[in-house]
Amino acid sequence: MSVTDPAIIARQARLSTLAKAPAARLCALFAAYAPEQPTHALLRAPEIGTVMLRGRAGATGAPFNLGEMTVTRCAVRLASGAVGHGHVQGRDADAARTAALIDALCEDGQVAAIEAAILAPLRAEAAAHKQARATRAAATKVAFFTMVRGDNA
Amino acid sequence: MYVAVKGGERAIDNAHAWLAEERRGDTGVAELSIAQIREQLALSVARVMAEGSLYDPDLAALAIKQARGDLIEAVFLIRAYRTTLPRFGASNPVETAQMVCDRRISATFKDLPGGQILGPTFDYTHRLLDFALAAEGLDPAPAPQVAAPDGALPHVTDFLAREDLIQPEADGPATPRDLTREPLDFPADRPLRLQALTRGDEGFVLSMAYSTQRGYGRTHPFVGELRIGTVAVEMEIPELGFAIELGEVVLTECETVNQFMGSKTEPPQFTRGYGLVFGQSERKAISMALVDRSLRWEELGEDNVGAPAQDQEFVLYHADNVQATGFLEHIKLPHYVDFQSELELIRRLRAEALGGQAREAAE
Repeated sequence: MSVTDPAIIARQARLSTLAKAPAARLCALFAAYAPEQPTHALLRAPEIGTVMLRGRAGATGAPFNLGEMTVTRCAVRLASGAVGHGHVQGRDADAARTAALIDALCEDGQVAAIEAAILAPLRAEAAAHKQARATRAAATKVAFFTMVRGDNA
Repeated sequence: MYVAVKGGERAIDNAHAWLAEERRGDTGVAELSIAQIREQLALSVARVMAEGSLYDPDLAALAIKQARGDLIEAVFLIRAYRTTLPRFGASNPVETAQMVCDRRISATFKDLPGGQILGPTFDYTHRLLDFALAAEGLDPAPAPQVAAPDGALPHVTDFLAREDLIQPEADGPATPRDLTREPLDFPADRPLRLQALTRGDEGFVLSMAYSTQRGYGRTHPFVGELRIGTVAVEMEIPELGFAIELGEVVLTECETVNQFMGSKTEPPQFTRGYGLVFGQSERKAISMALVDRSLRWEELGEDNVGAPAQDQEFVLYHADNVQATGFLEHIKLPHYVDFQSELELIRRLRAEALGGQAREAAE
């Protein structure tokens, strides 16, 4: 399903960033942003479950079940009525609730402030982590050289 | 016959108390933390996640600690825990073409686009014990880093597919059969076989693959590509109406390219075997690819030469180490009644046989 609505694309990106963030870091950034947790009702209390991961035979063929991964999800509603959904990898109820609160606050008009205080730092840290591995991998790339026989010269 | 089932209770409690003490070992030695196991025994963690069919490094590390390092026991713990969790859904198939690779090598093309990236491999080490590791507190020198190019690395099989030299992969049902939800039945289609192999015992899958190399159902494999790295896991969220990335996992993927002269139904072309496993686990991924290819004899119109690795019932029924352990180890549990009847039978037969001999001798 391809999405074209810019608001949905932005929310998709935000929820993906929150899902992949290290739990402790996510909670710390949110605590710094909102020292007092916003008043909210739990539409879905934090719940730990799994998602079945699928692969494809030969990377491009028939889907198959690869195994599950742990996920925690939560949904909240703010006093204003804004609803937020949080999904995080792993088993951390606080992180799932935090992700849901962040999503709800963004839906409630705080996108710009949250982008600066939480989402941008999380993205930068994820990029730095990825870069640290990529540069190490690049250093292990084989540089073949061909021996040139003297009589060819 | 009545069998006393009470009375073992105190002995069992005491055995478990001693187990806890033995698990801890010498209290003069620092206790292992879950984080230490997760970070420093990462390949054990990967194996427990793969065979436990649950990607969660902290849980796998906990299971390894609880099982005192017995990895099959740890897999058992993970499988048992997994059954207590609700399943929220299934991901979209992971895009291994978009993998951020730590390692990526090809045994078929030296100068493939993106190059041969060795990654953190045991290959080319001398397999000499490193006594420097016995001395604690020595941090390794930082690994060299060079600027990394952007962009995903193409799959090697794409090059062969462009020239139509390799069998294209057929699509299949969007919802594959799931052997954790329904009993395994035969014939098992390829998606079901791949699920069984990816969670199968590494030693068993390795030995099956090795048997094909030694001639029991030869399939002439080349490792077209082996890649290890991180992929995003994306799932449609019904309450949102769109897909989001739920997390990232490390996977090992092996694609073999197998010589194939053609058959009654298929033209001469290369064929494929496929391995995809949780974590850094290349022995398992290569093994899986070889066994996958071997089990495809029927759809490729090859002969069944009667090799064990061609027999899907044999492979799939024996690949699961938790099932195997359960059935194997149950024979150590009380069989007093069964054995009592065997004992009486042998006594009677023996008395009859000896009585017969005595009569013959007297005649």
